[in-house]
Amino acid sequence: MPVITYRDALNQALREEMQRDDRVFLMGEEVAVYQGAYKVSKGLLQEFGEMRVVDTPITELGFAGVGVGAAMVGLRPIIEFMTWNFALLALDQVVNSAAKMLYMSGGQYNMPMVFRGPNGAALQLSAQHSQAWESWLAYIPGLKVVAPGTPYDAKGLLKSAIRDDNPVIVLEGEMLYNTKGEVPDDREVLIPIGKAELKREGEHASIITHGKMVLTAMQVADQLAKQGITIDVVDLRTIRPMDIEAITTSVRKTNRAVVLEEGWEVCGVGAQVVDYIQRECFDDLDAPVVRVHQADVPMPYAKNLERAAKPDAAKAIAAVKKVMYLE
Amino acid sequence: MATKVVMEALSPTMEEGRLVKWLKNEGDQVKNGETLAEVETDKAIMELVARGEGVLRKRLLPEDSAAPVGQLIAVIAGPDENIDALVGGAAGAAAPAPSPTPAPADVVAKGNETAGASPVPRTAAQSQGEASTPPQEKVADAPAASSASQPPAQPAPAPQAGSNGGRTRSSPLARRLASESGLDLQAVQGSGPGGRIIKRDVEAAVASGPRSPVTGAAVAVPAAAGADSRDVPLTQIRKTIARRLSESIGPIPTFYLTAELDMERVAEMRTAMSAMGDEFKVSFNDIVLKAVATALSQHPEVNAHWLGDKIRYFNRVHLGMAVAIEEGLITPVIFDADHKRMSEISRESRELAKRARDRKLKPEEYTGSTFSVSNLGMFGIDQFTAIINPPEVGILAIGALEDKPVVLDGEVVHRKRMRVTMSCDHRVVDGALGARFLQTLRRLIENPLMLVY
Repeated sequence: MPVITYRDALNQALREEMQRDDRVFLMGEEVAVYQGAYKVSKGLLQEFGEMRVVDTPITELGFAGVGVGAAMVGLRPIIEFMTWNFALLALDQVVNSAAKMLYMSGGQYNMPMVFRGPNGAALQLSAQHSQAWESWLAYIPGLKVVAPGTPYDAKGLLKSAIRDDNPVIVLEGEMLYNTKGEVPDDREVLIPIGKAELKREGEHASIITHGKMVLTAMQVADQLAKQGITIDVVDLRTIRPMDIEAITTSVRKTNRAVVLEEGWEVCGVGAQVVDYIQRECFDDLDAPVVRVHQADVPMPYAKNLERAAKPDAAKAIAAVKKVMYLE
Repeated sequence: MATKVVMEALSPTMEEGRLVKWLKNEGDQVKNGETLAEVETDKAIMELVARGEGVLRKRLLPEDSAAPVGQLIAVIAGPDENIDALVGGAAGAAAPAPSPTPAPADVVAKGNETAGASPVPRTAAQSQGEASTPPQEKVADAPAASSASQPPAQPAPAPQAGSNGGRTRSSPLARRLASESGLDLQAVQGSGPGGRIIKRDVEAAVASGPRSPVTGAAVAVPAAAGADSRDVPLTQIRKTIARRLSESIGPIPTFYLTAELDMERVAEMRTAMSAMGDEFKVSFNDIVLKAVATALSQHPEVNAHWLGDKIRYFNRVHLGMAVAIEEGLITPVIFDADHKRMSEISRESRELAKRARDRKLKPEEYTGSTFSVSNLGMFGIDQFTAIINPPEVGILAIGALEDKPVVLDGEVVHRKRMRVTMSCDHRVVDGALGARFLQTLRRLIENPLMLVY
């Protein structure tokens, strides 16, 4: 199977879906002539022309709104945000228009559109540009939210998002774009939205996570395996709707859970996961669930402080040992 | 505002208590913090104090009876306050009772008779538990007789052991596993934070077999109590000893190492110290305790606890010393024994032993040891094996000091000798490890000057 980058996996998904359906088009800042701020849209302008690969001014609210209008008249727009930090300006269109159009029009208007871009912290981008937004978006009824952690998942989930008739949020990662993995050269790689994947199987504890933190969880699994501890890594893949069954199946087996996420603690995605666990697995728990997340502060710029604020493998290992009563 | 007086958990392992003596009569004025009664726990006699002010209106537990932790045993209230709701049907039902509350010994005998005859036999412990709650028993046994005096609304039954106020912490999974395997969680020692019982504790308890009294199992039909025999109810401490020691000999793979130590120099040192004056007098036992503590500080690998899925090695030496008392034995602890001078160890061991015999030890004085020593030398026992006190992994049994002929440099001479036997938990302490510890101990005992080095 070909090994390609997460960036190229997204590019493949975009290209294949634009070839498959000429109603699909890409719009955002620097997506066309510059080939994408992170080169995700490389070659698309040349292949599909400027009617389907559209550069916009720096007007997030404006072009998100144009996307909503295009979806209302039957097109399938893909709106790229240079990062989700900039998408804050567009949230009125995302939350009040896209997410509610089908409901408020009494079923007259589907919203077959995708909002995508990198989410979460990269390196030393400081407080305003290092934020994980998934809990904001997953909060909204009417949106679907996916967070691929591997190139394979990036291709499969973006293609499913584009084919979905509802607004789907795709949370990518700046630090993920260069990661590599096996991705089949297959136009029908479709990962169902709403299904998690057990990325690693073990017996002593479960880590439930998504997006970039999947890689961290895999490192944790490798390191713990050397100490004789094996863990389940449950990759949610989709944050909304969440695959509760995958979570509970794992926790019922291991009796101990750690919830790992990139964002902040308060009202985070992990809080929702913990709620499902306490509701569904109360009698299976041998220890309180432990959450691993970013420190409850704006992301520091200083390298050492940023490292201290971010969740990482060491913190997750400590959490696993805590739920196992090992320290 | 009335205050309920309940049987409190007065020791970390206490599950029920026997009321030895009421120190206040019904009608006495009591203040917050004042001692109401003496209660025998599984280890000691402790004071039960009032948690409120007022008049001791009602004593619900007769002296010499036991009650599970959490059970209501008295009520403190204002002189004219209506306490019927608290005492419930109890007061009303107790009055017309045909016979006085049976003493525990009678109940045990009754329990045993029942055991022989009834298809659903009861164990002594269960009968005793019921005896300690006469009001409910009466209500249950004679509903017709007492119904006339019952208030129309029955109060909720008082909590029995198992759902009592001395809450056992346990994970939901541990609770489920315990109930699936019919295990009484009250009998399980928790190893999680704050004593929380977790999965591994339940699994260990299940693996080591049932140890709480199970209906039916404990009922070999006994010969009727008569002139040739005497039935004695189990004291709390005897119950605890039985439970703890059978817990030990069962699952712990123990082996024993014996060494005979030359005590000649220890004897010389002791004589020399005594000659310096009474304040420098120490016992052989004090010197041995000091030597064991010193040897442990050099061998932390035997100064450890076995915790099921891990071994906890201690940097500090908390030496337990088994003390024989009238009712059995107890192991008070000399904390940080390796850092204490011989004179401190001597004074402390004397005080602890005295207070143990007087049953005045506080729970924190007999818990937390990392290794234990048991000495039967004073009874003329040459050598014996002691039973490990879990989760510790070793115990040293000290025999008597004797004059013996030994061959030294090719000649038979008489020397003072003493045998020590170490019981080792093989899950933690291997043969060579235990032997090295005894080597160090021998070096220290046979060259006691090293104890001041």
